[in-house]
Amino acid sequence: MSNHAWILLGLFLLVLFVAAKPLGTYIAYVMEGRFRAGGKIEGPLYRVCGIRHDEEMGWLAYAFALLLFNLLGLLAVYGLQRLQVYLPLNPQGFPNVSPDSSFNTAISFVANTNWQGYGGESTMSYLTQMLGLTVQNFLSAATGIVVVIALIRGFARHSVKTVGNAWVDLTRVTLYVLLPLSFICAVLLCSQGVIQNFDAYKDVMTLDVTHYDAPRLGADGQALKDALGAVLTDPAQTQTQTLAMGPVASQEAIKMLGTNGGGFFNANSAHPYENPTPFSNFIEMLAIFLIPCALCFAFGKMVGDRRQGWAILAAMTVLFVALAGAAMTFEQQPNPLLTPLGVDASGGSMEGKETRFGIADSGLFAAVTTSASCGAVNSMHDSYSPLGGMVPLVAMQLGEVVFGGTGTGLYGMLAFAILAVFVAGLMVGRTPEYLGKKIEAHEMKMTSLAILVTPLLVLIGTAISVMLADGRAGVANPGAHGFSEILYAFTSAANNNGSAFAGLSANTPYYNVMLGLAMWFGRFGVIVPVLAMAGSLAAKKRIGVGVGTLPTHGPLFVVLLIGTVLLVGLLNYVPALALGPVIEHLLLWSGQ
Amino acid sequence: MKNALQHLLRPGVSLFILLTLVTGAFYPLAVTSVVSQLFPEEASGSLVSRDGTEIGSRLIGQNFSDPRYFWGRPSATAPQPNNATASGGSNLGPLNPALVDAVQGRVAALKAADPENDRPIPVDLVTASGSGLDPHISPAAADWQVQRVAKARGLTVERVRALVEKNTEGRQWGVFGEPRVNVLALNLALDATR
Repeated sequence: MSNHAWILLGLFLLVLFVAAKPLGTYIAYVMEGRFRAGGKIEGPLYRVCGIRHDEEMGWLAYAFALLLFNLLGLLAVYGLQRLQVYLPLNPQGFPNVSPDSSFNTAISFVANTNWQGYGGESTMSYLTQMLGLTVQNFLSAATGIVVVIALIRGFARHSVKTVGNAWVDLTRVTLYVLLPLSFICAVLLCSQGVIQNFDAYKDVMTLDVTHYDAPRLGADGQALKDALGAVLTDPAQTQTQTLAMGPVASQEAIKMLGTNGGGFFNANSAHPYENPTPFSNFIEMLAIFLIPCALCFAFGKMVGDRRQGWAILAAMTVLFVALAGAAMTFEQQPNPLLTPLGVDASGGSMEGKETRFGIADSGLFAAVTTSASCGAVNSMHDSYSPLGGMVPLVAMQLGEVVFGGTGTGLYGMLAFAILAVFVAGLMVGRTPEYLGKKIEAHEMKMTSLAILVTPLLVLIGTAISVMLADGRAGVANPGAHGFSEILYAFTSAANNNGSAFAGLSANTPYYNVMLGLAMWFGRFGVIVPVLAMAGSLAAKKRIGVGVGTLPTHGPLFVVLLIGTVLLVGLLNYVPALALGPVIEHLLLWSGQ
Repeated sequence: MKNALQHLLRPGVSLFILLTLVTGAFYPLAVTSVVSQLFPEEASGSLVSRDGTEIGSRLIGQNFSDPRYFWGRPSATAPQPNNATASGGSNLGPLNPALVDAVQGRVAALKAADPENDRPIPVDLVTASGSGLDPHISPAAADWQVQRVAKARGLTVERVRALVEKNTEGRQWGVFGEPRVNVLALNLALDATR
């Protein structure tokens, strides 16, 4: 790793912790209902909506409320895409999106995945982007946060039946946390050059003439192909460049802060209008980790022992530094196939990367976006070196618990913490306890469900896809890399990340449906057991600290937690990784 | 159960509609109105004009193939390179023969335009960018092209090199990103040099 890379990583973590600590305190303050000034806004709002804000819910009602709320989001996003041609704010006159793609995108944005089978600037009207996608960027992030808040209440409370009021929690987190942060972030991004307008796409006259091969179109507007299936082309030239426009900054801000990751444009955060400067890149990376990191502090505060939050944060940070270091190191290696062509490849793996970011700022971004379940990309992971590309895969396969998504990361990590005290309890033959709550059969069942749902979805989905012609049809790169593309797609979908080895042609009915299902069950198949656990924990009595209690705030526990995450999270995937990136790495360096 | 669902339905639907309006309409419009005051140029795309016509954006790379201009990063967009309505990278894997072919073709084109130059070509000049719209090249990639441009324009190498230096940005505030040259700005400066 270069000096620049080390400085960047150190500065990133420093600014992150300094910003996240007060935010964590603020989130705890807001979610505990102590932000009294909000009453003036909330009072009338609850009256209009018929919300009884002083009435709390049991875990089941809380889960139903969230499911209902997310189903409404699903309908809205699906409907907006299917009807966009009849609706306003569609200056390019984009047609309605196909049913299977709309289905996939609707689930994707509701489930905080923001996998994109489509190219934003050539598919979605401004109205769909704003009223469908931006809204779900907020609401899916809010959903993740309120779930972890409910779980934290499970630890903080005792002998009660309720975990909070879902409507009140959603309202507060959206209005007092996500909205103001997004607004500040959007203005900052705009200062760097992110666009924000409602103009039609702009034609400009370029300096030089571009010569290219244009596909020959048939009467139906489809490209004509010769007998071998190759697209027929005609030489063409142009001196016009059409610049895609739109309300980008407002969406970009919440895309990062809510660990959503769905780009306004196809190239996502590699696009200069989404991420114009190295500083905007830094802001975007910070925005991804800000809330997941702050929630660790909020957790410590809400359970009344800040050291518990620090311990979780320490485990996350150690894992993250390892991942980030690996990505930046592997990407700096020259591709040995290019050097013989007369190329000075010492600049590293620059295919799919932007000059302004280079290796360090791209590698760090890749580690951040996949450690968190964001999935925005500032460089194309598909073109990463084999081991460099394995870093995002591994980061997601750990279960998105290294900072992870807004809320999802912390509840995932808390599930691993419960598993860790359970393992430790088995070793010494004591009933495990965490934060003064006995961990019993019901909690262990729910924890196991929450941890095992995603590996099952990933491995079964990948296995089915490599066996079916429909699955193999989407692959763009030959050999082991093609397998990695499919593995990456299911890993990303089931873990609600949303980044891709984007060579895979996933905008087909097969992948739209399969990945849609993986995203839905990867999201709510975890949320429901976590809420069930919150309910049962809240009902338990609190037990005092005894001589046999394993302290969960010291270095011993941090090491135990890291070990649990690595063993349980990663071992499931070792055989699959060996078939993909590992083989590819060996082939690349053996000169095959 | 039915009762419980009805109990949830009205709050759920009305809260969804309200928050949709706040986050999907009020929020983007508020951002638009604020930044159109604070950063009007940036918000509308950082456009560049010459003699009254808009000739591009300083943030969006253009395609150059004339030896008289500095060339930018290769672009994998379709059907034409640097298509700003269909951004994206090549997504070719590191071992894909198509990547080797593409790089070979770009090396050949660069060498054909400058046969005397036998230095190894900096990697960013022969690999496609992530967005397909990268406006920058590395200072090394600019340096590799200086002699060709100077010769094609009948300028001295020193003159061209000075223009490159003038259009080179270092790391932002010394810590972020990589040093880089804005290709459109550099080529505009060249055109302005008679």
